[in-house]
Amino acid sequence: MIAVIDYKAGNLTSVVKALTYLGAETQVTQDPKVVRSASKVVLPGVGHFQATQLLTDLGLTEAVRESVAKGTWFLGVCVGLQWLFEGSTEAPDVAGLGHFAGMCERFPASFEGSELKSPHVGWNSLEDVRQDSKLLRGVQVRGFVYYTHSWRAPVVNSTAAVTSYGGPFTGAVERDNVMGVQFHPEKSSSVGLQVLKNFVEL
Amino acid sequence: MLTKRIIACLDVRGGRVVKGIQFVDIIDAGDPAELAHRHAAAGADEIVLLDITATHEGRGTLLDTVKRTAASLFVPFTVGGGIRSAEDAAAVFDAGADKVSINSSAIARPELIGEIGGSFGAQAVIVAIDARRGTAGVEDAEVYVSGGRKPTGRKVVDWAREAEQRGAGEILLTSMDTDGMRNGFDCELTARVSEAVQIPVIASGGAGSAAHFAEVFGRGKADAALAASIFHFGVTDSRELKAELQQAGVSVRLPC
Repeated sequence: MIAVIDYKAGNLTSVVKALTYLGAETQVTQDPKVVRSASKVVLPGVGHFQATQLLTDLGLTEAVRESVAKGTWFLGVCVGLQWLFEGSTEAPDVAGLGHFAGMCERFPASFEGSELKSPHVGWNSLEDVRQDSKLLRGVQVRGFVYYTHSWRAPVVNSTAAVTSYGGPFTGAVERDNVMGVQFHPEKSSSVGLQVLKNFVEL
Repeated sequence: MLTKRIIACLDVRGGRVVKGIQFVDIIDAGDPAELAHRHAAAGADEIVLLDITATHEGRGTLLDTVKRTAASLFVPFTVGGGIRSAEDAAAVFDAGADKVSINSSAIARPELIGEIGGSFGAQAVIVAIDARRGTAGVEDAEVYVSGGRKPTGRKVVDWAREAEQRGAGEILLTSMDTDGMRNGFDCELTARVSEAVQIPVIASGGAGSAAHFAEVFGRGKADAALAASIFHFGVTDSRELKAELQQAGVSVRLPC
C-alpha cells in the first residue's frame, strides 16, 4: 500500500488518480501510524512551503524519518521534493527534513541579462539523467516533463536529473530509498507515468 | 530548455464542445472527454475546458463533464466558467482540474484570486482576460466580461498587473477582435501584457496557421498559445503544428 500524505497543501486528486491508473493501492492519510506501516510513501504538494509545518505538527515528520531509516520507499513531488532539503527561503522558519543538503531558493528575477518569468511553468527537459537512477529508469534522454513552481532545489550529489531555467536546478533527486521530483509526473504524459510506474514497481 | 506551450481549448456548452466566431455563431464540435484525449495524444501540452455559458446563465460548472474529462488525462487540465468562490474552485479541483480560470468573477471581486491561490497555490489560478481594442488601439484595450458581453471600463494592462499582484499564476489573454477569425493572434496586445507582468501569458484568439503561433511566441512574447477551432476540425493537430514550429526555430515539446 502506498500512503499518500495529505497535509492540506493543494490538490491530491491528480497524484492519487495517476497511481491508481497504474494499478497501485493508495491510502490518503494524515495518520503517522499509517505512514509507519506503509510499504511506500508519497508526499505530493503544490503551494507554499509553509504548509509543510503541518507535517511536524501532526507527527508526520518523525514518522517519515523512521520509515525512511528502515528503508521504506519515499517519493516527494514538487514541494514534497523541496521538503527533503534543509528548508526553503519561502518559509525560512519551517525546517525541511534535511535528508539532502541545501536550501531551496526563489528563481532570480533575471538571468544572464534578461528578465526571467516566474513561476517556471511548462514543459522542460531532464538533462544529465543519472544512469543508475531507479526512479528515472527508461526515461528518454531529454524527456520533457511539466513544471510549475517558483522555488527550486540546488543541484547536489544525489541529484538524479537536472533541469535548467535561470541556471540548473534539481529536477529529480535520489539516494537509496529516498526520491523526489520537482516536476509533476502525474501531469507529464508518458514520461511522467513512466516515472510513477518505476516507483510503483519498486 | 523551457518550451513554448500549445494549449487546446474546449469551449463547452450543455456538455458539448462548441466553437463560436467572435463569441457568437456557435457550432457543435464534439464530446469534451473524447476531444481532450485526442488532443493530448496528438501532443497538446495542456487542455483547457471553458464552460462558456456558465456565467451568463448563472449556473455552476459542469462537474460531471470535468470529472469524465479528467479521468485519464495526464497533462495539465484547466477549467473555467462559473467559478465565483473558493468553494466553486474546490469542487472543480476535486473533480480533477489542476487549475481554474476565472474571468468575470475576478473582476467582480478581485480578492477571489488570492482566496483560491491561498488554498491551492498561485499556480492553480489563471486569470482570463477578454480584451477588445478601443479607438486608440492597443493603448486603450478594454476588459470585457460575461463571455464578451459586457465592457468593464478597465484597461487590459492595468488589470493584468493587478491580477499578478493579487497572486494569479498565469494570464490567459483572449483578443475578441481576432477570436475565431484565423487571421493570427493580436501580437501587439499580447506583447504589451507580457512585458507588463512577470507571470506567464497565454495568448488566445485568432490562431489559423503555424506561422501565427510562431509570430505570437516571437513578436507577441507569449509563453503559451491557445487554440480551439483549428484543431477540432482537423485543419492541423498539435503534432503537425509542433513539427512546423520546430522547423521555424520555436522550442516545443514533440510528442513521443
